[in-house]
Amino acid sequence: MLKIDIEACIGCGVCVETCTYDAIELIDDVAVVNEKCNLCGSCVDTCEVEALSIEREEKDVQADLAEWSGIMIFAEYRHGKVAPVSFELLGIGRQLGDQQKAPLSAVLLGSGLGDAAKDLIAYGADAVYQVDDPALEYFTDEAYGNILEDVIREQKPEVVLAGATAIGRSFIPLVATSLATGLTADCTELAIRSEDGVLLQTRPAFGGNIMATIECPYTRPQMATVRPRVMKTAPYDANRGGEIINYQPKPERMQSRVKVLKNVLEEQDQVNITEGDIIVSGGRGLDNEKGFDLIKQLADAVGGAVGASRAAVDSQWISYPHQVGQTGKTVNPKLYIACGISGAIQHVVGMQSSETIVAINKDPDAPIFDVATFGIVGDLFEVVPKLIEKIKENRGE
Amino acid sequence: MNIIVCIKQVPDAKDVRLDPKTNTMAREGVESIMNPFDRHALEEAVRLKEQHGGKVTVISMGPPQAEAVLREAVSCGADEAVLVSDRAFAGADTWATTYTLGKAIEKVGEFDLVICGKQAIDGDTAQVGPGLARRLDIPYVSYVRKITDFLNGAVRLHRLMDDGYDEIEMPLPGLLTVVKEINDPRIPSLKGKMKAKKLVIQTFSAEDIEADPKQIGLSGSTTQVVKVFAPQFKGERAMLEGTVDEQVEQLLEKIEPIL
Ligand SMILES: Cc1cc2nc3c(=O)[nH]c(=O)nc-3n(C[C@H](O)[C@H](O)[C@H](O)COP(=O)(O)OP(=O)(O)OC[C@H]3O[C@@H](n4cnc5c(N)ncnc54)[C@H](O)[C@@H]3O)c2cc1C
Ligand SMILES: Nc1ncnc2c1ncn2[C@@H]1O[C@H](COP(=O)(O)O)[C@@H](O)[C@H]1O
Repeated sequence: MLKIDIEACIGCGVCVETCTYDAIELIDDVAVVNEKCNLCGSCVDTCEVEALSIEREEKDVQADLAEWSGIMIFAEYRHGKVAPVSFELLGIGRQLGDQQKAPLSAVLLGSGLGDAAKDLIAYGADAVYQVDDPALEYFTDEAYGNILEDVIREQKPEVVLAGATAIGRSFIPLVATSLATGLTADCTELAIRSEDGVLLQTRPAFGGNIMATIECPYTRPQMATVRPRVMKTAPYDANRGGEIINYQPKPERMQSRVKVLKNVLEEQDQVNITEGDIIVSGGRGLDNEKGFDLIKQLADAVGGAVGASRAAVDSQWISYPHQVGQTGKTVNPKLYIACGISGAIQHVVGMQSSETIVAINKDPDAPIFDVATFGIVGDLFEVVPKLIEKIKENRGE
Repeated sequence: MNIIVCIKQVPDAKDVRLDPKTNTMAREGVESIMNPFDRHALEEAVRLKEQHGGKVTVISMGPPQAEAVLREAVSCGADEAVLVSDRAFAGADTWATTYTLGKAIEKVGEFDLVICGKQAIDGDTAQVGPGLARRLDIPYVSYVRKITDFLNGAVRLHRLMDDGYDEIEMPLPGLLTVVKEINDPRIPSLKGKMKAKKLVIQTFSAEDIEADPKQIGLSGSTTQVVKVFAPQFKGERAMLEGTVDEQVEQLLEKIEPIL
């Protein structure tokens, strides 16, 4: 229960404003909590007179807590390639490992892995546990989850990180639940508190409208999925030393009740909007499916992926995997070009962390300009073709 | 065909904003709504029921007022509703939530399929579906965008990946989490509204589901929120000026290093 110290409360109302759940009211100039409170703790921090507190029972700390050490990352491998986010995980993993003076390891699962493990070492891993088996050709939550769980139980890393991708966000919750430990999704910032080795995991919530820092104090490992393109990749060093361990899972642990029948790639170049450096997005301003061809041409010219607002997806000008926003994907490329998109909050939460945002819209008051680094007020049917032309010209085409 | 749909009542995220200066929530009457993804989960369940017969039970863990989203679900075609509500559940993270929902579903009884939304728009974790499947020891598929076949004892579907989709077969009973592309949810029917009004919603307390007090709510949670703050926006609102040609030139100069 949220405790309110009536003596301390000055009735300022800041907590009332802070509560997302409408659970605090001011009655006779003191804060009163009602039954809507779900103990999220947002208010405790904001009270300047420290009148608010949440009483927690002393929790049992996992008995072998001190035995867990080292950082482990899950290296995602698909279609013959290590996913870029895995190298980013090695970047942050190296940083955390160096701080803890503990090793950094990677778990690599798949079929026909080639030299992938060597790359992971060159990017910072001290050890790679790999399983190269035809049974792992397709990703399945159960087989990948079981194996990762087993490696974690044996190696006891204090921190386990995976990419917040369609794969990572699907099977890491299974692993965390099996290990009876906490998991924080889609982190954008990670740091270890040196006093006690607790991982401070910061992530957006409420569609990016607020940020929250989360701890997992009582159990190990501390697990997080990390948003792609946020962490920096460590430099590649082909001469780095490291150990490759061919891990042997028990055969029954490689089985999955769910069977993948087929793996279908879609317009590969332009659809993977979560990993590209550049995204060109189109909205209702494109008018029709034909208009969207313009977006595709611009994306081609800049070597980017194609994104879309929900209005464009709902009009069936482009498929849902391209949708950016609250009910689509969250992206943060180096460059995001929004064409004919008004900038509704549900769209903006999905792209506002992009490094550079360009907005092209004929309405000078469109909210998209509030988040834009560079804005062009104009007709996209005039601006975009010019842009394409100039880019080609500059390249001498 | 018994289908259970997990539904969460959430504050409408678009209304939730922290003032970066005061770190307080600029909250102009945040409305509580049915989690948008759960609407699609419900719709898919009702469609399956209409095609293959059976029953749809909606279940929600939350405070008493979460009853509203359950009634709304019934007006859109669900048959039965269960509210899992107890002060002791407050403060649950996804670990404690999956434990609680798992216990509640076991009490509801036999089922063929559990359907969840991809994620809830308050926490955006997408962890409850997979975690719940583990609790119930059933297979699961996340990010389902299409159910293609309903076979005897199995279901075929398309699962969204970052670069395309997988065609998958999952044996039943199992659990799915769905993306919004899967369907267009219907609006409540008049008959449904009447039914929703009259329906008696079953309520399960912690004791009813025989929950271990150490596994639920705040005390059962493995994670803890220690700080909440406003995100930093980078928008500089540099509007380019001049003719279209000039603007395009300026823009290219600025973005050339990235290209
Ligand atoms: C629960 C919920 C979830 C949602 N999730 C998402 C989501 O994930 N992603 C998302 O994008 N939206 C989402 N939305 C929808 C969102 O609220 C907006 O409706 C949507 O983003 C609008 O898309 P748009 O900007 O393309 O269209 P509009 O708002 O119609 O804007 C079109 C813009 O194009 C401009 N324009 C028109 N013609 C031209 C031209 N010739 N040249 C230049 N500019 C032109 C107009 O000035 C206008 O600003 C969600 C809504 C809800 C309620
Ligand atoms: N308290 C809850 N009651 C019922 N269902 C829930 C609850 N929390 C989460 N869910 C379900 O789990 C999905 C994912 O939620 P989350 O993991 O919180 O993002 C939601 O779309 C719901 O289907």
